[in-house]
Amino acid sequence: MNPPSTRQDSQVDRTSANGAPSPLEIHDLTVAYHKKPVLYGIDLTVPAGTLVGIIGPNGAGKSTLIKAIMGQLPATSGWVRIFGQSFKEACTRVGYVPQRESVDWDFPVSVMDVVLMGRYGRLGLFKRPRLEDHDIARACLEKVKMLPFASRQIGNLSGGQQQRVFLARALAQESDLYLMDEPFAGVDAATESAIVMLLQELKTRGKTLLVVHHDLATAKDYFDNLLLLNMRLVAFGKTADVFTQEILQKTYGGRLTILSEVADTVRRQT
Amino acid sequence: MSLIPPFDFQRVFVEPWAEGGALHGWILAMAVLVGMACGLVGNYLLLRRMALIGDAISHSVLPGLVLAFMLAHSRHIGVMFAGALAAGLVTVFLIEFIHKKSRVKPDAAICITFTTLFAIGVVLTSLIDKGGLHIDAECILYGEIAFVPLEPPVKILGRALGPQPVLQMLGVTAGVVVLIVLFYKELLASSFDPGLTASLGFNVTAMHYGLMAALSIVVVSAFEAVGAIMVVAMLIIPGMTAAQLSDHLATRHWLVGVHSILSGLLGLHLSVWLNCSMAGAMVLTGAGFFVLAWLFSPSQGMIHRWRRPDAPGDTVSQFQ
Repeated sequence: MNPPSTRQDSQVDRTSANGAPSPLEIHDLTVAYHKKPVLYGIDLTVPAGTLVGIIGPNGAGKSTLIKAIMGQLPATSGWVRIFGQSFKEACTRVGYVPQRESVDWDFPVSVMDVVLMGRYGRLGLFKRPRLEDHDIARACLEKVKMLPFASRQIGNLSGGQQQRVFLARALAQESDLYLMDEPFAGVDAATESAIVMLLQELKTRGKTLLVVHHDLATAKDYFDNLLLLNMRLVAFGKTADVFTQEILQKTYGGRLTILSEVADTVRRQT
Repeated sequence: MSLIPPFDFQRVFVEPWAEGGALHGWILAMAVLVGMACGLVGNYLLLRRMALIGDAISHSVLPGLVLAFMLAHSRHIGVMFAGALAAGLVTVFLIEFIHKKSRVKPDAAICITFTTLFAIGVVLTSLIDKGGLHIDAECILYGEIAFVPLEPPVKILGRALGPQPVLQMLGVTAGVVVLIVLFYKELLASSFDPGLTASLGFNVTAMHYGLMAALSIVVVSAFEAVGAIMVVAMLIIPGMTAAQLSDHLATRHWLVGVHSILSGLLGLHLSVWLNCSMAGAMVLTGAGFFVLAWLFSPSQGMIHRWRRPDAPGDTVSQFQ
């Protein structure tokens, strides 16, 4: 039961004021699992150089949104444009950090091997990583303070270290738009602040970042823009404008435990 | 008369190579090639948690072969490969289809698919039998590697190169090695993190079906030698042994090669000693090597874990 879309397709206007296409533009995106919609009519234009936190209750479709942007889940309707192109055309400009639990950490690869995978997209078929790719991978590992672990098998790392390896891999992709799925999940405090600093640094370098986040208490400190999601796009804008009791209630509505958590958070804020 | 024949070094280790040395040479070559091709593909099956898919395809290849034979009235290698490929891909597709379109869990979907396809093969086989052609059910299940050297040789320019199944297996094994060298990084990335690999612009689905196609070809070539059941062991045991010894995929590939040579050679002598099925003896030897690796691996063996419970190699650190 898709809501009938009455909006005009605005395919023509895909550029921002200065003429450069927006890093991410989503129009009327609907995604369904087994014919049951999980995302409804998402409309979104993300300006370049913004750090966006995606928050919402469990099952709100946060990861689904990320996967749909990358075309890994078929859209029932709507379209996604990345720098004015389809994902396929622009995929080398997109860096992706999947959820840490999505891979098998017993896999026979070293930390270095994993970071080098970030270079594979630029290499294309058949080509092996060159010396230059190894240098970039090493620099990225250095950036997340994991260079001493380069030759370790990835299973012998703590959760925080594993997350740093994933971030180093995303850095090695040298992208302009980053999509990160719960990079803060299950990491230690040191890693958490290291990630925050890294996100800020990427933002100042003009990168655009969309980060799925589950912790309301820290969301407003970490991100200057928030996207509140609950199957529909509830709100998207500057954190100061959208992190309000009314919008949070609309996003998390009906869930008592979370509601009280929200109330606490907002009370602390004011 | 005892159950186990007495061990006689001369009879077990020397005589096979003295008289009929060429015969045993071809058998050994076949065993090693089967072990290598299966083990290399098996490495990826293990990494993708698809060991059961290997089991499924090894059985569902039967109806593919029979149908291809019925349609083309030929036992030409191309026909057999086409039948096996079609069967393998249909199996994988059916398993995914049943899993996606119902509430059946993946393991159950695998079981119902391959047993049903195998049953179709069994029924078709008996129908063909009535038509005057014979397919040996025992050979399908257990294979008969000892008969491999007796197959007609392949001749090029009038010179006999060797028995057809061995040369065919040589071609298939070489093909597997070439594919792994060409697609090493794509196979590695798509096995480890399919989500990222797809986001990098690689076609993960094509990699998956390509691997399944290679698996089908390997299985159908190994079929004649080791049969539908033993081929599963050949797919899984070398990779499992290698996994005990190394945390590096390329090293595991090399170890699979060593494993196939050792288990082929010792398995051959074991079967001479016990006067038993050669495929069975080779799988037993291979499993023996797995147990040894499991116990004595310097990095993750049982003994090592027992002596150093906090040693790296344990997965505890993952949950910190």
